[in-house]
Amino acid sequence: MAKEDTPLDQAVFDSTLEAELAKGTDRRVAEGRARSAAVRAYRASHPEEAAKHEAAGAKPAAAAAVAGNGGAAAPAAAAAPAGAAAGAGAPVAVAAAAVTTPVREAPLPTGNVPTPKKGADDKHRLLALVPPEGIQRVEREQGDRVNVWPHLLIEEFVAMFILMAGLTLFSTFINAPLRELANPNLTPNPSKAPWYFLGLQELLRYFHPMVAGITIPTFILVGLAAVPYVDRNPSNKPGDRKIAITVFTMLFMFGGILTIIGSFFRGPGYNWVWPWAQGVFFEL
Amino acid sequence: MKLKPPSPSDLGDRIRETEVWKSIFRPGSIFRKGYKDTSRDRALATMNNVLYHLHPVKVKRHGLKLTYTFCLGGLSFFLFILLTITGIFLMFFYRPTADIGGAQAFADMQSIRTSVFFGDLVRNLHRWGAHLMVFSVTLHMARVFYTGAYKPPREFNWVVGVILLFLTLGLSFTGYLLPWDQLAIWAVTVGTSLAGYSPFIAKQANFLLLGGVVVGPETLLRWYTLHVIALPFVTVIFLAVHFWRIRKDGGISGPL
Repeated sequence: MAKEDTPLDQAVFDSTLEAELAKGTDRRVAEGRARSAAVRAYRASHPEEAAKHEAAGAKPAAAAAVAGNGGAAAPAAAAAPAGAAAGAGAPVAVAAAAVTTPVREAPLPTGNVPTPKKGADDKHRLLALVPPEGIQRVEREQGDRVNVWPHLLIEEFVAMFILMAGLTLFSTFINAPLRELANPNLTPNPSKAPWYFLGLQELLRYFHPMVAGITIPTFILVGLAAVPYVDRNPSNKPGDRKIAITVFTMLFMFGGILTIIGSFFRGPGYNWVWPWAQGVFFEL
Repeated sequence: MKLKPPSPSDLGDRIRETEVWKSIFRPGSIFRKGYKDTSRDRALATMNNVLYHLHPVKVKRHGLKLTYTFCLGGLSFFLFILLTITGIFLMFFYRPTADIGGAQAFADMQSIRTSVFFGDLVRNLHRWGAHLMVFSVTLHMARVFYTGAYKPPREFNWVVGVILLFLTLGLSFTGYLLPWDQLAIWAVTVGTSLAGYSPFIAKQANFLLLGGVVVGPETLLRWYTLHVIALPFVTVIFLAVHFWRIRKDGGISGPL
């Protein structure tokens, strides 16, 4: 029977609540105690309601027993408090089992697959009685959270559709390059790496290939991976991270500028060109 | 008795009450009859969907703000999926062989552009999408840096992200060779010539990368295998770890 449709004795509820609050009990606990007292009081004054409750809530066997005994047994059982009735008839063995302290009887683990005990129930019983005192208010920072569906997912869908539409339009009108068949004997001038390596290719102009091609890329990768272990500043406020942000921005811009120079300002013979004067020697 | 055809909404209701429909859409699905726009059903909509359940049921409100993430990580993942789909399409029409007699790879590229239905569009999507993915992954890294999202407990996820950036570059670079045109082999020749300068293992590194001393048919087959199966396989594993760690590390970082 749901909590809402259990009738309460309002007078008992109010007085118990007041008494509990006066004792300094936590409001939630006080309300729980008042409610249980009010329900018990109501059942005591309305025997027929309590009998119905017993029949509905107890196991079928218990219900049959009540019915078999006829109408005479019902008021007697109902007159007693609900807990006592349950204890006497023992129909709610589940609840009783749940509150007894578990005792370890099984032998220590052997590592073998366990065999089922004979006569054991197939199902786990996940029912327990919790006294109102046992209910604790958990204080956890809930944070300001919103449901993923619909708020986040709709945002993701919109972003996805915009990207897809833009990319499809772009791909419809602008063809990806395809030059003539590969010819190992004919080096194009200039020959450039894909754009994301042009920063490194640009560095080749200034450093020995081992430095530009091996040392610096290794340093970038290892350096990037090491960022969280080097920067131990716990704050994520931009104001507290001036050094980190400055260093990262400078390196990022440095890489970006090198890539742009390698892409647009280098022409035949990998010599300097002005893209607006001599043209762009860059292909994606 | 006159039989009246059911109205569309009535028919929809009836279909959604069938056992088949109910077996497909789990309780809480928005496609199931009786979906209510309550907190409970909203939570179930996320939990009971194989795709959406990558997400938690709730996220921090500031994470919705476009200027916090710019959707860059999500779009990078979307581009990865798009590239997988278009890539599978292209695989049907492409053979990675470039023997001296005739370069089948290049011939296949031309036929994709000219005679395959939608071949040109799909190839364009694949190529532009790939460039865009390198770009979006790089920007995603910058975003994560600027929001300080690599700080504890997310240090390791940043490392996984750096590996994913490296894998993205690897995927893009191995794909660059496959058209087998002048652009492809010379870009790859320039890019891999740097490996020849690695200390101690210069020759071995070059040979491992190229399958020979210069970019040739063996390189094509090697990079094709890397491009279509080896690197995507590794990438998916790291993606899984990346997404899993986002959840385990307490969702999106911040707020600032």
